[in-house]
Amino acid sequence: MDTQKLAVQIDDLTVAYNYKPVLWDIDLSVPEGVLMAIVGPNGAGKSTLIKTILGIIKPIAGTVSIYGKTYSKQRKLVAYVPQKGSVDWDFPTTALDVVMMGTYGNLGWIKRPGQKEKKIALESMEKVGMLAYKNRQISQLSGGQQQRVFLARALAQDASIYFMDEPFQGVDATTEIAIINILKELRKAGKTVVVVHHDLQTVPEYFDWVTFLNVKKIATGPVKEIFNDDNLTKTYGINYKVAVNK
Amino acid sequence: MSNPQIEIQLIAAIVAMACAIPGVFLVLRKMALISDAISHSILPGIVIGFFVTQDLNSPLLILLAALTGVITVVMVEFIQKTGLVKEDTAIGLVFPVLFSIGVILIAKNANDVHLDVDAVLLGELAFAPFDRLMVGGADWGPKSLWVMGSILFITVSLLVLFFKELKVTTFDAGLSSVLGISPVVMHYGLMSISSITVVGAFDAVGAILVVALMIAPAATAYLLTEDLKKMIWLSLLFGVFSAISGYWVANFLDASISGSIATTLGIIFLVVYLFAPKKGLISVLYRQKQQRIEVSLITFLLHLNRHEEESERHINHLQEHINWQAVRARTVLDLAVKNNLVKIEDDIVFLTEKGLAFTEKSLEYILSNKDEKIEPMKEDFFLFRG
Repeated sequence: MDTQKLAVQIDDLTVAYNYKPVLWDIDLSVPEGVLMAIVGPNGAGKSTLIKTILGIIKPIAGTVSIYGKTYSKQRKLVAYVPQKGSVDWDFPTTALDVVMMGTYGNLGWIKRPGQKEKKIALESMEKVGMLAYKNRQISQLSGGQQQRVFLARALAQDASIYFMDEPFQGVDATTEIAIINILKELRKAGKTVVVVHHDLQTVPEYFDWVTFLNVKKIATGPVKEIFNDDNLTKTYGINYKVAVNK
Repeated sequence: MSNPQIEIQLIAAIVAMACAIPGVFLVLRKMALISDAISHSILPGIVIGFFVTQDLNSPLLILLAALTGVITVVMVEFIQKTGLVKEDTAIGLVFPVLFSIGVILIAKNANDVHLDVDAVLLGELAFAPFDRLMVGGADWGPKSLWVMGSILFITVSLLVLFFKELKVTTFDAGLSSVLGISPVVMHYGLMSISSITVVGAFDAVGAILVVALMIAPAATAYLLTEDLKKMIWLSLLFGVFSAISGYWVANFLDASISGSIATTLGIIFLVVYLFAPKKGLISVLYRQKQQRIEVSLITFLLHLNRHEEESERHINHLQEHINWQAVRARTVLDLAVKNNLVKIEDDIVFLTEKGLAFTEKSLEYILSNKDEKIEPMKEDFFLFRG
């Protein structure tokens, strides 16, 4: 791992809401090209960690760097899939239009999306199997379809690192498999993918890297080495027996 | 029509358009209440601005008053951020205080100031043509026409330039921030434009009714379209239509123009709320009733599919198996026969081939929950349209 380039490096990061620490003194390195799960109980600060890396939340201490530079300088290298519930799906727009939003970052202020951006968006929709729904109003999509639209939007951002906040929340099994296959393809293409994940059973099957988080960082590393009952117990505070290590 | 009449309608229409544009984004951001707060709390700004400039249409007064509007938003957010009270409470705390300061300022200086609370609250469109812009002895038309025209021009220009940014920050602030399109900048930009519009419009329609012009057209348009651009066009249309028809209603009733315009807006909203093709109340109720019948129909078909024995398929037996308090069994049977899904021989009901295929498809959908299984059925059945 030491010879690998670091996609994300976090040092001494502390984040607080109203002076109550949500993340405490986090040191974390994410090597380039891993498919990493962040696991931990509710309120462990998983979403907060991602949002802080992306500059949405300001930390009270510590630094975050993306490929060695601050986030604001590396914006175009990063794509983000927020929690599906964080937006209003009754917003008057179509699936294609939402996917196009992924191209706005490269466009910058004022410039309008044109044929090139539309082409990128359509290609991304095809990758997630949503091309047939491109003109559908977003409230008319099922939960799984909405999640795929969000994924397509991240693909349209054409980034090097993808951050996803619970992409499997409330989707059916078919969509879950479709999403994980796309994530695995991203990794194959050399991208780094960081996913806030809830279902511990699927961690060894889906991911090759894992971070245990509960306000403090418990452990981080290859799934094969550190995904064990000991770390699970430390993270979740109860005697955890997932029996997934073989 | 006399000249002043045309001028009044022109001012009303321009005010309506200038209000409708920020209104669309306030409604989509669930910030309708903020426009109400701004419209009240600009009062002290207007009064102080009036002391300084002695002119209700002065650009300086408009900027000073608009600043009070933005300060309101900042104060509301500050109180809310402490986590001690919720947003609606914070709004309810801030604007009455600022408004009252304005009321006291007016009362203390009422003798030598041509400004009273009624005029601020309700506006008087009928007097707007009297205050004219004179340049070098020539009459350039009513001042408020120029003021609101300029505000509308600025609003439209900003909308055209920043449409993409407004859209993405309204829909998904988290993503915008990651993309480098600051939601904070867009938020305060929108708040500033809303404040300036409210201040510019209060003279014509009053600080209270300006809220109607911001919120009602957008809320009405929201019920009719699922496209942001169309929503903006429709809001403009409803605003202008209400402004002009409101004027004639006022003319006919010999009543307040701004009151008539706001009432017209309310009536248009009510009509759309009831009769909008997709989201209207009547359409929703009709759809729910259809869905109830269709659920019963599928229940009935599944029942026929599962039972071979004649006693279970007798026409009189039907009622026991369908919740006929909610849906009359007769309606369900008629619907099934009409769609060629069942046939009746000697009072015994049989599934037709079409009925069998339909039932199997429904079963597949129920078991797999996969949308594509029922795509073709969406044409005929409300139930599957989601």
